[in-house]
Amino acid sequence: MKYWTMKRALLIVFIALLAILPWLTGSDYYTNLASQVLIAALFALSLNLLVGYAGLTSLGHAGFLGLAAYSSAWLMLNLQWDHASAGAAALAGSTVVAALFGLIALRASGISFLMITLALGQILWGIAYRWAGVTGGDNGLSGISRPHPFGLDLGPASHFYYFTLLVFLLVWLLIALWVRSPFGASIRGTRDQPRRMSALGFNVWLIRWITFTVSGFFGAVAGLMYVYYQQFISPHSLALANSAEMLLMVIAGGPATLAGPVVGAALVVLLKNIASGYIDRWIMLLGFVFLFIVLFVPNGIVPGIAKLRQQCRNKERS
Amino acid sequence: MSFWLIQSLNSLALGGVLFTLAAGFSLIFGLMRIANLSHGAYFMLGAYVGLSVITHGHGFFVALLAAGLAVGALGAVVERLILRRLAGNSLGQVLATLGIAFIIADFSLWVWGGDPQPVDAPAFLAGSTQLFGLVFPLYRVGVVGFAILLAISLWLLLDKTRLGMMIRASVDDMQMARGIGIAASRLFTIVFCLGTALAGIGGVIAAPILSVYPGMDSDMLPLALVVVILGGLGSLAGAFIGSFVIGFIYSFGQALFPDLAYIILFLPMVVILALRPRGLFGRIAA
Amino acid sequence: MLNKILTLAAVTTAVTALFTGPAQAAAGDPIRVGFLTVKSGALAAGGKQMEDGLQLFLKEHNNMIAGRKVELFVADSAGQPAITKTKMQELVEKNNVQVIIGPLAAFEALAVDDYIRKAQIPVISPSAAAEDLTQRKPNPWFVRAVGTSAQPTQPFGEYAARELKYKRIAIIGDDFSFGHESVAGFQRTFEENGGKVVQKLWSPLNVADYGTYIGQINPKVDAVFISFAGGNGLKFIKQYNEYGLKGKIPLLASMTAVDEGILKSMGDEALGVISAGWYTATIDNAANKHFVQGMNREYKQDPGYYALGAYSAALILEQALKTVKGNIEDKPAFMAALRNVEVPNDPRGVFKLDALGNPIMNVYIRKVERKDGKLVNSIIKTYPDVSQFWTYNRKDFLATPVYSRDNPVAANLEK
Repeated sequence: MKYWTMKRALLIVFIALLAILPWLTGSDYYTNLASQVLIAALFALSLNLLVGYAGLTSLGHAGFLGLAAYSSAWLMLNLQWDHASAGAAALAGSTVVAALFGLIALRASGISFLMITLALGQILWGIAYRWAGVTGGDNGLSGISRPHPFGLDLGPASHFYYFTLLVFLLVWLLIALWVRSPFGASIRGTRDQPRRMSALGFNVWLIRWITFTVSGFFGAVAGLMYVYYQQFISPHSLALANSAEMLLMVIAGGPATLAGPVVGAALVVLLKNIASGYIDRWIMLLGFVFLFIVLFVPNGIVPGIAKLRQQCRNKERS
Repeated sequence: MSFWLIQSLNSLALGGVLFTLAAGFSLIFGLMRIANLSHGAYFMLGAYVGLSVITHGHGFFVALLAAGLAVGALGAVVERLILRRLAGNSLGQVLATLGIAFIIADFSLWVWGGDPQPVDAPAFLAGSTQLFGLVFPLYRVGVVGFAILLAISLWLLLDKTRLGMMIRASVDDMQMARGIGIAASRLFTIVFCLGTALAGIGGVIAAPILSVYPGMDSDMLPLALVVVILGGLGSLAGAFIGSFVIGFIYSFGQALFPDLAYIILFLPMVVILALRPRGLFGRIAA
Repeated sequence: MLNKILTLAAVTTAVTALFTGPAQAAAGDPIRVGFLTVKSGALAAGGKQMEDGLQLFLKEHNNMIAGRKVELFVADSAGQPAITKTKMQELVEKNNVQVIIGPLAAFEALAVDDYIRKAQIPVISPSAAAEDLTQRKPNPWFVRAVGTSAQPTQPFGEYAARELKYKRIAIIGDDFSFGHESVAGFQRTFEENGGKVVQKLWSPLNVADYGTYIGQINPKVDAVFISFAGGNGLKFIKQYNEYGLKGKIPLLASMTAVDEGILKSMGDEALGVISAGWYTATIDNAANKHFVQGMNREYKQDPGYYALGAYSAALILEQALKTVKGNIEDKPAFMAALRNVEVPNDPRGVFKLDALGNPIMNVYIRKVERKDGKLVNSIIKTYPDVSQFWTYNRKDFLATPVYSRDNPVAANLEK
């Protein structure tokens, strides 16, 4: 079979598996876990636009989670807005903030970019913690309901899962189209050859800024899904540790790939939630898994597997 | 009046603690271009090792030595086994150093438990002193002194020794340094070992003020990052000045703008980075 | 309102019971108890003490409660709300536990509040003290073994004004909800009894150094009231001494600032600190002596806030189970028993729950002293049967907004 048809077949099998997953597991617990993996994957996919495709390592991505989650929750709880308007306003607001943050953060690149995104993320975290009159401080905001898209009740685990799956596939498709578009090629160009791109007449800064904003927008989409799932938001979700975790998902899975962030998200979420049930020292295990990945598949799991397949094929030929 | 005086003294003491944390971080970054995100963890590990040495009846200075040796040795192993394979792979370095930070944090919780634990200052620095009519803990004065001593020794090391010359040459131009026969590989191990040893010693120095507790690593890492960003990556003088500037911003900021207490360090950081991405004293374009 | 909630709960369980078939009171099967604690991360110390308290109880009872064996499922939330929720789901949906003891932190309890209602799982909280959990947002499935943040500080404010005769007080607290609520309760009763809070400082939870805050303390006050949790009390009191303020300005403290869990790490600098709490290891009754001896024997330490909370949660469970003769499968009856529980043999003495599921219990004014070489919280006064509403009318109390950083307003601050 040709490589690309094989890949496409795999993708279809994978999506089919996802579609029957609640039926396969037969338990709300695993269905919920699957929803969490998909939401984490949304975060990782959005961050991957920056980290993988644009080569800009951000340590403040959880800030967009917080912006979308807090603003939609606040609008619903305090102004009694419905889900659609609150969600739309939250997405719009977060995207505007992302655009502004982009203006600041893109003054720098490399390690300074990492630091400046870290600082911006910490500022949002600090506001969430300290502005207790609006955010509820460390007690957070609770009592957030789930939406009823097309009259569907998202209360049951499987309903919510299918809704998340739908959003996930949609975002995944949009991102896939985006990175494969000519614009996507120019993003990769700014990552690999910024000077050459400049010389060729591309506005490197503008390309990066658009990518930053789009990444923030998709991060906010994930933030909405997060708050619908948790029905609760507190400063812990915006903490530096959370931003770092999203970054680790991208790097472990394979930056600049479409499957990598999903694999990375699944790995981290499952390790955190399942391994912790069996061993006390699960954080240490997580650390060792990261070390293992970095030593044996330094470019991430998905590129690592692709390379392995390549080697096998070469062996067959020879 | 006394408010300004005592806050200034506090700022100096905090600056001293920060310098012990940031010196190694800056050194490592300057030479190896690694943002060592496990630096806070080495700092905490040093504090725990020091605590154990002291509870076993040895003195504070034995604790300093032991923490420096133990954490430095660990640093050397980490550099040899892991980091050197990741040269140029900055995402891999992020993954690896965060992974190491997870392991050290969880290991420390396992070995030393979750209770916060106090560490006593060495006897000759215990108690308080009267400074300009104010009561001030003597140990904090000692920390400032130690930071200055450390800065001078590091400056001597970098400026007057052959090793220092090689480090400086490599920081400025790695290609050239290799060209004139500097064994960069060994140099990396030495510098990473030295940088982590400094973090370990810093942990013990800070322990009588901060006490030792789980989470100390993640509380301190952002501070180290802020200092080196402000001071400029890879600049020892920058780290020194940056530490004390941050000490002042932190102490006075919290006192004068209590509503901004949580973000008092990050606001100026954003402003500085936006205006001057290399930091105030930075020479390296990151 | 409350009655409505309770009836609703009873009706919904009855309906659920109808659909799931008759509850099976299988006396041979063990009772499945979930324990949601923290074993990783910064809150692990409290989680360990909770686990010690619970394990001691089970050991003393040979793993039997009300004649039935106990099967315990322990889950680690790492103190992260998102994991707390997943672990709660795991306990309920995968392990099929019948009752849960936990979680540790108030924000964790708030994060799973909706889930508890939806899953209709009885929860006994061993430590979360957020006021509204048993006040303005009561949950029919939730009862508390410990009190609210302000439950001990309300009598303490009155004590400071009337008995210690303090007129002017400065306050320093952790800048998070527990700090805000406990300080608010103190300030309210202190000022209602003629005192003035002239200064209020809030330090971030992760503050590197208290020197900055100690340097700001107004020297013209009669005392400083501190409200710290975790290890912050340890840091603060040590530095307070180093800045020469010990002996000059007396320290008053919240329960957690000098809790037995960290008192063991303190030195002479803590001597003389007066605090208020619903427990101290020095309470003189048979049940407490038994408990303290057990904790000393098994874990080489005096119990404090967390160990007592978990041990007491188990006692509440035992008492409720005895009422329903071990038949936890009869959920409405069990929940009713849980909400009306009266524990005769608690280390704190006899206590019962109020209509909102919060204990009415003694509050002890305590003073740190050294006895037999170790620091203890000796009792200097007992306020019997203190409710979360103190002496206020419940309706009026609940009609005002929840305690916070700025509520009640401090009208006497000096700048």
